[in-house]
Amino acid sequence: MSEHSDNPQAGNLPTVDADAAAIRKRLEGRTGRDYWRSLDEIAETPGFEDFLHREFPRQASEWNDGDGDGRRDFLKLMGASLALAGLGACTRQPTEYMMPYVTQPEDVYPGKPLFFASAITQGGYATGVLVESNDGRPTKIEGNPQHPASLGSTDAFTQGSVLNVYDPDRSQTINFLGEIRSYSSFLTGFKDIVAEQIGKQGAGLRILTETVTSPTVDAQMKDLLTQYPSAKWIQWDPIGIGRREGTKLAFGSYANPVYKFDAADVVLALDADFFISGPGAVRYSRDFMSKRRIREGSGSMNRLYVVECTPSSTGAKADHRWPLKPSEVEPFARELAAAIGGSAVAGGTWSTRPWFVSLVKDLQAHRGTGIVIAGENQSAEVHALAFAINESLENLGKTVVFTEPVEASPDNQLARLKELCSDLDSGTVDVLMILGGNPVFNAPADLDFAKKMQKARLRIRLGMHDDETSQYCQWQIPQAHELEMWGDARAFDGTVTLLQPLIVPLYGGKSPSELLAALTETPEKTGYDALRDYWQKQHTGTDFEAWWRRSVHDGMVADSALPAKSMSGAKTPTASSRQPVGPDTFEVSFYPDPYIYDGRYANNGWLQELPRPMTKLTWDNAALMSIATAERLKLWSEARVELKHGDKTVWASVWVQPGQPDETIAVHMGFGRTRSGRAGNGAGFNAYQIWTSDSTTYASGVSLRDLHQKYSIAATQHHYLIDREHGPHKDAAHQAFPADADFETAEASLRGIVRSVPLEEFQKNPNAVAELGEQPPKGLTIYPDVWKYKGYAWAMAIDLTACTGCNACVAACQAENNIAVVGKKQVLNTREMHWIRVDRYWEGSVENPTAHFQPVPCMHCENAPCEVVCPVAATVHDQEGLNTMVYNRCVGTRYCSNNCPYKVRRFNFFLYSDYVTETTKLQKNPDVSVRSRGVMEKCTYCTQRIQYAKIMSEREERRIIDGEIVTACEAACPTQAIVFGDQNDPNSRVTKWKKTDLNYGMLADLNTRPRTTYLAEIRNPNPEISALEKKS
Amino acid sequence: MAKITPYPDEKTLEIAPVIAPDATLASVTDKIGGIVLRRGTTLGWILGFAFFFLMLQLLGIGVTYLLFKGTGIWGLNIPIGWGFAIVNFVWWIGIGHAGTLISAILLLLNQSWRNSINRFAEAMTIFAVCCAGMFPIIHMGRSWIAYWLFPYPNTMAIWPQFRSPLAWDVFAVSTYFTISLVFWYVGLIPDFASLRDSAKNKWQRILFACLCLGWRGSAFHWARYEKASLLLAGLSTPLVLSVHSVISFDFSISILPGWHTTIFPPYFVAGAVYDGFAMVLTLMIPVRKFYGLEGFITERHINNMAKVMLATGLIVAYGYGMEAFFSLVYANDHLEKFTMQNRMFGPYGFTYWLLIATNIAIPQLLWIYKIRNNLVYLWLISMVINVGMWLERFVIVITSLTRDFVPSSWGTYWPTLWDWVIYLGTIGLFMTLIFLFIRVLPMITMFELRVIAPKKTVKEPVA
Repeated sequence: MSEHSDNPQAGNLPTVDADAAAIRKRLEGRTGRDYWRSLDEIAETPGFEDFLHREFPRQASEWNDGDGDGRRDFLKLMGASLALAGLGACTRQPTEYMMPYVTQPEDVYPGKPLFFASAITQGGYATGVLVESNDGRPTKIEGNPQHPASLGSTDAFTQGSVLNVYDPDRSQTINFLGEIRSYSSFLTGFKDIVAEQIGKQGAGLRILTETVTSPTVDAQMKDLLTQYPSAKWIQWDPIGIGRREGTKLAFGSYANPVYKFDAADVVLALDADFFISGPGAVRYSRDFMSKRRIREGSGSMNRLYVVECTPSSTGAKADHRWPLKPSEVEPFARELAAAIGGSAVAGGTWSTRPWFVSLVKDLQAHRGTGIVIAGENQSAEVHALAFAINESLENLGKTVVFTEPVEASPDNQLARLKELCSDLDSGTVDVLMILGGNPVFNAPADLDFAKKMQKARLRIRLGMHDDETSQYCQWQIPQAHELEMWGDARAFDGTVTLLQPLIVPLYGGKSPSELLAALTETPEKTGYDALRDYWQKQHTGTDFEAWWRRSVHDGMVADSALPAKSMSGAKTPTASSRQPVGPDTFEVSFYPDPYIYDGRYANNGWLQELPRPMTKLTWDNAALMSIATAERLKLWSEARVELKHGDKTVWASVWVQPGQPDETIAVHMGFGRTRSGRAGNGAGFNAYQIWTSDSTTYASGVSLRDLHQKYSIAATQHHYLIDREHGPHKDAAHQAFPADADFETAEASLRGIVRSVPLEEFQKNPNAVAELGEQPPKGLTIYPDVWKYKGYAWAMAIDLTACTGCNACVAACQAENNIAVVGKKQVLNTREMHWIRVDRYWEGSVENPTAHFQPVPCMHCENAPCEVVCPVAATVHDQEGLNTMVYNRCVGTRYCSNNCPYKVRRFNFFLYSDYVTETTKLQKNPDVSVRSRGVMEKCTYCTQRIQYAKIMSEREERRIIDGEIVTACEAACPTQAIVFGDQNDPNSRVTKWKKTDLNYGMLADLNTRPRTTYLAEIRNPNPEISALEKKS
Repeated sequence: MAKITPYPDEKTLEIAPVIAPDATLASVTDKIGGIVLRRGTTLGWILGFAFFFLMLQLLGIGVTYLLFKGTGIWGLNIPIGWGFAIVNFVWWIGIGHAGTLISAILLLLNQSWRNSINRFAEAMTIFAVCCAGMFPIIHMGRSWIAYWLFPYPNTMAIWPQFRSPLAWDVFAVSTYFTISLVFWYVGLIPDFASLRDSAKNKWQRILFACLCLGWRGSAFHWARYEKASLLLAGLSTPLVLSVHSVISFDFSISILPGWHTTIFPPYFVAGAVYDGFAMVLTLMIPVRKFYGLEGFITERHINNMAKVMLATGLIVAYGYGMEAFFSLVYANDHLEKFTMQNRMFGPYGFTYWLLIATNIAIPQLLWIYKIRNNLVYLWLISMVINVGMWLERFVIVITSLTRDFVPSSWGTYWPTLWDWVIYLGTIGLFMTLIFLFIRVLPMITMFELRVIAPKKTVKEPVA
C-alpha cells in the first residue's frame, strides 16, 4: 500500500513525536468534557505550542516580525504564491513506491479469503463455525463440518451474527454517566470498590450474566465466589426455562438431554419447534431429515406427530399435526403418559379419540426408536412428562440420551432472578455487574427489574449496545462480539468449542471474561490469557502446545462431548394448577422469535427482514389468532389491539394465522425494542410487557381490546388472507375453492408448482410425482439446441421433503451476495431483495392446514424467458448454462422480471445498497458487486464460488470435483435439502437426485427447462389416521 | 324484384358539406391565416394556455424527482414491473394514430373530407408521440443510459439485443415520429408561403419565409409537392399498422398469461385508431367552437369521425370478445383461463367492467343519429373513450402482472402520487403544445381547402 506523503508545505506542521503512553496518561487524568485538537496538544509538546503561535505557519511570523520589511515580504510572498498557484497543476508528483511484502505472511494472499474456526453462541450453547476472513475482515460465516452442532450447516442466527460485528449502533466507547472514559480509568475507579467488597466478603456484589456454558468463565466465576464468598452470581436467559427445569423436576437433578433423531422412527413433538429453536436445532434438523430420504437406496421414512399451540416449522413438516390450546398441552401429555403406561385417565379428553389411540399405538410399536420431545418454552411439567413417556417407551439411553448439564452451573434462573430483585429491594446490593443479556428488556414484567436495579449503588454494564439495560447503569462498557474475542463455550452435547477473534475489537470491546478479571488481582488479564491458562490446567501434558494449536485450529476440543449418563425413574409431576380464567379472555403463548430470538438480534437488518417461516412477517411480530376468533371479534389482520394480562398491558397488531387454535393468541418475543439501534427500534411490540414470572410458557385470562386503528404489517407472502375484501371466501374468481385455506395453494398445486405425495402412494406409483404436471419433450422447441453444454452444466436440486422453511439459506445468500436490506416500507410494497425465497403454501382446512415449503432461487432456465426480452443483452446465458446478469449493462426496463415466470428477479427501485455506513462496508463480500440503483439482480448460483473453483481446478489441470463448489444456500442448509453441481457428471449428487422419480421442474410445462429442479415432498402419514380423516 | 338503387350520393342523403357553401379562396386564407397572424391573443387562449402550462410544470417536477430518487417513487414492485409509465406510453402512442391514419390512409383513399382535419390531427400525433416517447425512457431504472437501446458503434462492441420487442419499439416509435414530423412539415410548406405573403409583421415574414423553403407556388413546386405527399403517405400507411403492432409485441412476445396473445396486433391498432379519433374529437369540438371554424370543420367531419370511432370500437369489442372466448372456452389452458377470470372478477375486476362500459357499452350510443350529431354528447362520449382506452392498457398491463404463474409471488399495484403527477404532466405538455400550435401555425390546411372550396356540390347545409 502506498502512503501519500503530505504536501511539502506541511513540513512545519508539528510532527507527532508525542508518545502514545504519555497521551493516554494525560487523557486519563482528565474528567468531564475536554476537547482536544491533536495528539500533540494533549501531550503538550513544545512543537505544538510553536504551531499554535504560527497559526498560518510561515507567513504569520513574517507579518508579526517587528521590522518593516516583514510586511512587504509577506505581500511579495502572497503575490508569488498566487502567481505560482496555477503551476501546481503542472508539477510532477513525487514518485512513490509501493511497498510489497518482502516476505509474504504465510497463507495470506490478497483477494484470497482465509477461514478460521470459531463459534457463535445462543443462550450459551455454541455452534462451531468457520469464519471467512477477507483481508482481515470477517465477512461470512459457514458451519464447521467437524463440529457436532453444525456438521457444516448453520441456522439463520449464525448467518446474521456476522452483521452484528459491524452494527453501526454498537456501543463504541466506555461511558460513565454519559461521559467517555478509558478502560484504565474504569479499573482505577473500580479498585476501591473491589477493595471495599473484599472487606465485605462480596456481600454487596452481584454478577448477572447470561447462561454460561464456558468452562473458563465458570472457573473464573467460581474463583471469584471463593474470593467473595457472600457475592452472588445470577444467570438469566428468558428462553428455555422449562427445558432447564424439566430434568430437575423429573430426575431431581439437572441433566442435559440429547436427542438422537437419526435413530428415531417415530417422533412426537409437544409444542416443540426443534427444527428452529433450542440447543442443537441445526444438528437435530439434519438428523431428523436423514431418516426421511427415500432415495439412494432408502425407502423408509420416519414419522412426525406434532401437537402445538401455534403453527411452527416443525408442525409444517409433521405427518400429523393437531392444534392444542396452551393449557391443553400438559393434560395431553399427562393423558398420553397414562395411556402409554397402560392406565387410562378417567374422563380423559383425548383418550377416546381414534387418532389418539392410533398415535399411542404407533409410539408403542416403536419402543426404543421413538422420541417424545417437549418445546423449549414448554413448562417443566411437560418436559418431565415427556421424559416419563420416553422412559416408559424405553427410549432413554437409546434415542434420548442424558449427559451432565452443558450449562456450567445450572440453576433455577427465575428463582435466582427473583432473589436478586428482593436483595435489590432490601438495599444489600452495592455493586451490580450485568455482563451481556438485557434484563431490563427481557426480565418478567412483574419483577419490575428496571426500577429495582437502580437501588444498587453502582451498576456496571458490559453490553454490545447502549441498550435498555445500559441506560440505568452508570458504567457502560462495550462488549466484544464473539468474532472479536477469545473464549470457549459448550455445544448442545457438551463439546467444548473455542472462540477465536477474527478482528481486533472494533470499539475496544471487552469479553465477559476480561471484565471479570477486573475483580481479581490481575485486572488487565486478557481473554486469551484467561482461556489459555484455564486449558493449560485442564490439559497438563507436555504436548499442550500441539494440543492447543490443534484445538484452536479445529475450533473445538476433540472428544470433549459429555459422556452419556444413565438416568431413570422420571417422576410424573403433579398437575400444575392454573387460575381458572374468566370468559372472553384468551390464552397467550410466548415464543422466542425465529430470527431475532429474545430480542438480541433486533438491530440486525438481515434477520429483521427475514420472513418468519409460517407467517412470512418481516419487521414485526403480531398477535396470531385463528380466522374464527378474528371473525368473532370482528377483527382482521393489521388491526391494532391492546392485550391485558393482569395489570400489564401492551398494544399488539393482529395477524390472522391458519392453524392457530381458536380462542388463543401466540406472540413472539424480542420485538418492541426501544434502544436497540436504527433497525430494531420501534419494530413490533414488546411482548415481555405481559410476560410474567408465573406465566413463562403462556398467560391465561388475557383480555383484548380493539383500539380501532390500523397497523400495517409487512409480510412477503400474504395476499389472500390479509385482505378481507379479497380473502379466500370473497374472491369471486375463486369460488371453485371455497373450502381451501388459501387458494394460492389450490392454484399452486393445480399448476404443479408444489408437489406433495404420501409415501404409500409414491411406493405404489413411482410416476405419481410426474403425473402432477406436464413435461414437454426435449425436442419440442422451434429453436434447435445449438449449444450442447459440453463442459460443465451447473444445476441445482432442492429436496422439498427436507426443507423445514428455516430460511437459513436466505440469510446465507444475503450475507454472501451483498444483498441490501430494504426496510419495512419497501417490503410492504413487495420490494424485498432476497435472491432466494422460501414460499409457504397452506393446504386443507383453515383450522388445521398442512403447510408446504418451497425454496425458490433462480431456475437458470436453459430457455430463459428473461433473456430474450432484455433490449440491451444485460442478462445472457453463459457456456455452462448460467443465466447471468450483467449489472453494468442493465438499463432497468424490468421487462426480464415481468417475463420471469418464477419471479425471482429483484430490482433496485431505490438506492437500496448502503453506500454511507462505513462499518457495514467492511462486511461486504469483495467478490460480489454491490448493486446500485436502477439495476436488476438475482441469484447467480454463487458464480463467484464457481469461478474460484474453476481457477483452482484449472491451475491443477483437473475437472472440478463434485462438492467442490458449494453455494451459500447449500452450505447453510441444516437439512442438506439443496445440492448443487455439474449435471454433465453422471456421478455428481445433483445428477443422481435428478434421476429419481421425485424430480420435477417447476412450471416445466412452459418449456423453460429449469436447471433448478425439485424433489417432490413425500409425507408419511399414519395410514390408520389417514383413513380416519378421510372418513370424517 | 326491387329496383336496384345506385349508391346514394350526398345530394340524396342531405349530408352536411365538407366546407361551408359560402367559403371562398380568400375567406379560407383570411379566416385560418388570421388566427396565426392576428396581433394579441384572446383571454380564453391565455387562460387555457396558462392552465396547461402550469400542468406541464408537474412533469418537470415529477421527472426531476424521479431521476433524483429512482423508479421506486412509483407504485411499482415485484411482480408488477410495469405500471403507469407503460400504460401511458401505449395510450399516448394510440392517440398518435389518428393523425397518420387521417393524413396518409385517407389521402390514399382519396377522402377529400379529411382536408380540414388532417393538419390538426397530425399535430396531435406528433405531440402525443412526444409524450409517449418520454415514458419508455423515464421508466428505466437508469434513464441516463437509455441510448444503449440504439445500435451505435461503441467501444464495448455490443449491439442492442434484437430479439427484444423493446429494441423494436425504439425503431417503431422513432421511425413513426420522424415520418409524421416530415409529413406534417411538408404539408405545412404551401401554407407557410401563404402566411409569408399575408404577414404584415417583418419578423413573421422572415420566419415564414424561412419555414416555407422558398415556395413560390410554381407548377413544378406543386407537382413535386404532390409526389412527395403521395410518397410520404405511402411510407406512413404501413407505419400506422406497424407501430402499434410492434408496441403490442411488447406484450404478446412475452410468456405472461394475459399478454401472450396473438390477437394483440390488430386489436391494438384498432384500439389506437379508436382512441386517436376520440382525441381528435375531444380537441376539435371546442376548438371549432371557439375559433368559429364551423365553416371548415363541418358536421360532416364530425359525423364521419363518429362513424370511424363506432367502427373501430366494434373491432375493439370483437377483440375483447375473442380474447375472453379464447381464454375461457377455447384454449383449455388453465393459466389463460385463470388470468381472464382474475381480470374479470379478481381484485382489479372493477377496472375490467369499467373498461367494458366505457369502451364498448357507452360508445354504442353513437348508432343513434341524434347523439352522433349532438356535439355535447359526442364530446362526452369521446372523453369516455379516451378514459376507456387508458383503462384498457391498465387492465392489460397491470392485472396480468398481479397474478401470474407462481401464486406465492402475486402482488398488488396501486399508483402513487408521483404516478399521477407525471401522467398529468404529460397531459400538460400535450395541451401546451396544442395551444401553441393553434396560435402559431395554421391549424387547418389552407391550400387544400382552397382546392375543394370551388368544388362544393351540396345543395343546402343541414340546419
